[in-house]
Amino acid sequence: MTATPTIVLIGHGMVGQRFLEALADRGMTGDAARVVVLCEEPRPAYDRVQLTSYFSGRTPEDLSLVEADFIEKHGIELRLGDPAETVDRATRTVTARSGFTVQYDQLVLATGSYPFVPPVPGKDSAGCFVYRTIEDLLEIEEYAKNVSSGSVVGGGLLGLEAAGALKGLGLDTHVVEFAPRLMPVQVDDGGGEALRRTIEDMGVTVHTGVGGKEITAGEDGAVTGMELSDGSRIDTDMVIFSAGVRPRDQLARECGLEVGERGGIKVDEQCRTATDPAVFAIGECALAVDGRVYGLVAPGYEMAETAASAIAAQETAGFTGADTSTKLKLLGVDVASFGDAHGNAEGCLDVVYADSRSGVYKKLVIGQDGTLLGGVLVGDAEAYGTLRPLTGSVPPVSPEQLVLPAGAGGPVSIGPSALPDEAVICNCHNVTKGTIRAAVTEHSCGTVPEVKKCTKAGTGCGSCVKALTTLVNDELELNGITVDKGLCGCFPHTRAELYEIVRTLRLTSYEDLLASHGREEAKDGDGCEVCKPAIGSIIASLAPTLGASGYVLDGEQAALQDTNDHFLANLQRNGSYSIVPRIPGGEITPEKLIVIGEVARDFGLYTKITGGQRIDMFGARVDQLPRIWARLVDAGFESGHAYGKALRTVKSCVGQTWCRYGVQDSVRMAIDLELRYRGLRSPHKLKSAVSGCARECAEARGKDFGVIATSNGWNLYVGGNGGADPRHADLLAQDLSDAELVRLIDRFLMFYIRTADRLERTSAWLERIEGGLDHVRDVVVHDSLGLCDELEALMADHVAHYRDEWAETLDDPERLARFVSFVNAPDAPDPSVRFVPERDQMKPDLDLLAGPTLPVRTLEGTVAR
Amino acid sequence: MTETLERPLTTGTIELRTDRGWLAVCAPSGLVPGRGVAVLLPDGGQAAVFLDRAGRPYAIGNRDPFTGAYVLSRGLTGSADGRPYVASPLLKQRFDLETGACLDDASVSVPVYETRVAPEAAAAA
Repeated sequence: MTATPTIVLIGHGMVGQRFLEALADRGMTGDAARVVVLCEEPRPAYDRVQLTSYFSGRTPEDLSLVEADFIEKHGIELRLGDPAETVDRATRTVTARSGFTVQYDQLVLATGSYPFVPPVPGKDSAGCFVYRTIEDLLEIEEYAKNVSSGSVVGGGLLGLEAAGALKGLGLDTHVVEFAPRLMPVQVDDGGGEALRRTIEDMGVTVHTGVGGKEITAGEDGAVTGMELSDGSRIDTDMVIFSAGVRPRDQLARECGLEVGERGGIKVDEQCRTATDPAVFAIGECALAVDGRVYGLVAPGYEMAETAASAIAAQETAGFTGADTSTKLKLLGVDVASFGDAHGNAEGCLDVVYADSRSGVYKKLVIGQDGTLLGGVLVGDAEAYGTLRPLTGSVPPVSPEQLVLPAGAGGPVSIGPSALPDEAVICNCHNVTKGTIRAAVTEHSCGTVPEVKKCTKAGTGCGSCVKALTTLVNDELELNGITVDKGLCGCFPHTRAELYEIVRTLRLTSYEDLLASHGREEAKDGDGCEVCKPAIGSIIASLAPTLGASGYVLDGEQAALQDTNDHFLANLQRNGSYSIVPRIPGGEITPEKLIVIGEVARDFGLYTKITGGQRIDMFGARVDQLPRIWARLVDAGFESGHAYGKALRTVKSCVGQTWCRYGVQDSVRMAIDLELRYRGLRSPHKLKSAVSGCARECAEARGKDFGVIATSNGWNLYVGGNGGADPRHADLLAQDLSDAELVRLIDRFLMFYIRTADRLERTSAWLERIEGGLDHVRDVVVHDSLGLCDELEALMADHVAHYRDEWAETLDDPERLARFVSFVNAPDAPDPSVRFVPERDQMKPDLDLLAGPTLPVRTLEGTVAR
Repeated sequence: MTETLERPLTTGTIELRTDRGWLAVCAPSGLVPGRGVAVLLPDGGQAAVFLDRAGRPYAIGNRDPFTGAYVLSRGLTGSADGRPYVASPLLKQRFDLETGACLDDASVSVPVYETRVAPEAAAAA
């Protein structure tokens, strides 16, 4: 080769991005080849499969599929918003809209598809949309703000997602499907019927067996309604067309590449176009050798890998066709279909289980020899992870046992362990069980996240994560790697289990718990620094309900607390402490500000504004703490719990009261929440914020629980975090009244406290727990475990029994006795806590601590150096 | 060394041995098992004194060698393989209460002081 070749990719969608990754994996980027990407959309590849999650709070950035430094690291030239306009195959030149031209050695078309809009009159009226890109969604969201009803043309997968989105935007929603049932491609009549009932129960009106005949518009050109083919009419303010997609092959046609009769660029097994060996086509724009155009992402990914291998001159199995099994959650309903879902094979038989009452429909297609050929699952697709890999084999148990609900048909749970190594577990990335096992045995992955990273399994739609987790844990166990989930060397239980033990047995003593539930070898020991504060926190969280002392420093409890909790202040590097009084919502009077200033001045403390809208005073010796707090309590301050694994602050913006954009009183709500949850001991610290409008000045989505005002109430976000591993909070529920908001936060916090691990922030907890956000929503919003009454009662107990720890400490001479530097010289200050000046304040004298020569204060009181 | 502290002595006095003799610390009731106290030594140094669950006293230097801060008395105690230790409240390194050896870094240790519980003051009166 004389020079580095140039590879040009047209289209940066999901498949395009996967192609780039495949090139990078094969060393075909950077110095090996010039890679140029022309992308029509204004943003790099994003997860179109999860597009609808934009409406439940995921931002376009969240949906991105391109790791931050990927493009740069591999030296790829990505031209956003600059689509290819012409291809000249004679000179191998591509010209983009901007006039940019590039000559290619290899050209890859990944132009995807476009939404099909049926040729009904009025289809171009204002208020008609398609549902394909983030830009489409932004436009729909904007338009929906001013209207009250919407209709979706097309009752397939995307159509139902669009209907869900309209419903979520508060619109009266209709779905119009020409076929006699919903999702005609994926499910059969029975499944369609179950789906219809469930979706109608949600308040969506479903019209099947009819088509849109005409869209009517008012004088202003905006949609007013839709006439249907049966003569009926729907009054509607907007229409979303979701009647299928067509391969986007215009560019290919124009440059003379052969396309199929019904569209799609003809390619061979290597994904090379039938016409020109220098041009490839992958994804939804390609017509595969089996004569099909695949609209699913998994086959697209397979084509991307195939084309990349061909370009890298590597051996490849080629792409000859793919499994079109799918599992999805539509409007909260599980829908799955796999294999020969419609029973097209000769002589095959159906096994059907249907429960109209609960909207569950399951059908398996079984061949004459007992082979599982395919199936449809609606309402309960739990078994999909097992059934799909079993397709093509004779299942180890009888088919009816596979579809009957648990308890009705005997042993139904054949786990992933029963599957053969060739079974594909992750369909999105085509990862087999064998590959996953090898990740554990050969690549020493010890956790599910490591296996995900190593194999990509579970990083697509996520439906296989459960099976993946089981497989990984089984494999670890088989290899003698015991997954000890115990809290520490003293207890074999997890924190969540210990919480349940303490709660149900009403244990209020660490010693009793260690004696009754500790590991054999630790029962007579002194515990450790891991479990003591964790148990102390559990007992403190449950104290009002257990009838234990809520004061964290009484009796045996005192010995469990970390030094910060022990002295109700934050230990700093030179052994001094810092003090943070509570300033609820960040609102403070001038008088109180002056008190803080005076206290800091009088005790010589260093002051700094915290990130949580409070004021931190540094440099207090242990023996000064009571005197400082006496002044603060006197002025009406109370503990800010900056030292505890507890609620820290609820930040706020000024909200509606002052801000011209505000739509609710965010300060009042922040104060209410802070006062309600102050002092609540939890597995880790808790931070919160309330924003008065969508501009989000309080940064609520970076908090454990964040509240954002809407014109209708409050949206509640959970699981946000800043710090080393930032995470935007997820929307838990929207448009809540004050009372609904508080009730939901009560439940959420108590469920977190109950089930989280020690030192596990809500963000990590949400990522870890099985079922994730959906599960948490089921539990705290829909009360799926029947726990909500209890969770609310626990919080009510907390609120009723809250007392300020510092006021209580000051009131009790015995409690005050611990605040001395030396037990044998209570009046002597600690000579090692010294300060030097800096920027008009002071800082710890670290030189003093570093050296072997110490300032000496003898018992007699003489100071010498 | 004369006893100068005005503390109720229930079961005697915890003492630690310095190069100038035995130094009274406090009554055992002045200590919570699992929790330490700091003691100012006659030479101006500091010791950290702990009581384990069985009521046995231990004393080590109060200075955390990793940070230089005099804070070991404020750490949490525990036991590993039957041996008592304290974890520094700053960066959590553990120190054996009987030998002063750091369990997380063999090259570091803190001084250890001999301790005893002296008979009740009442007996002397």
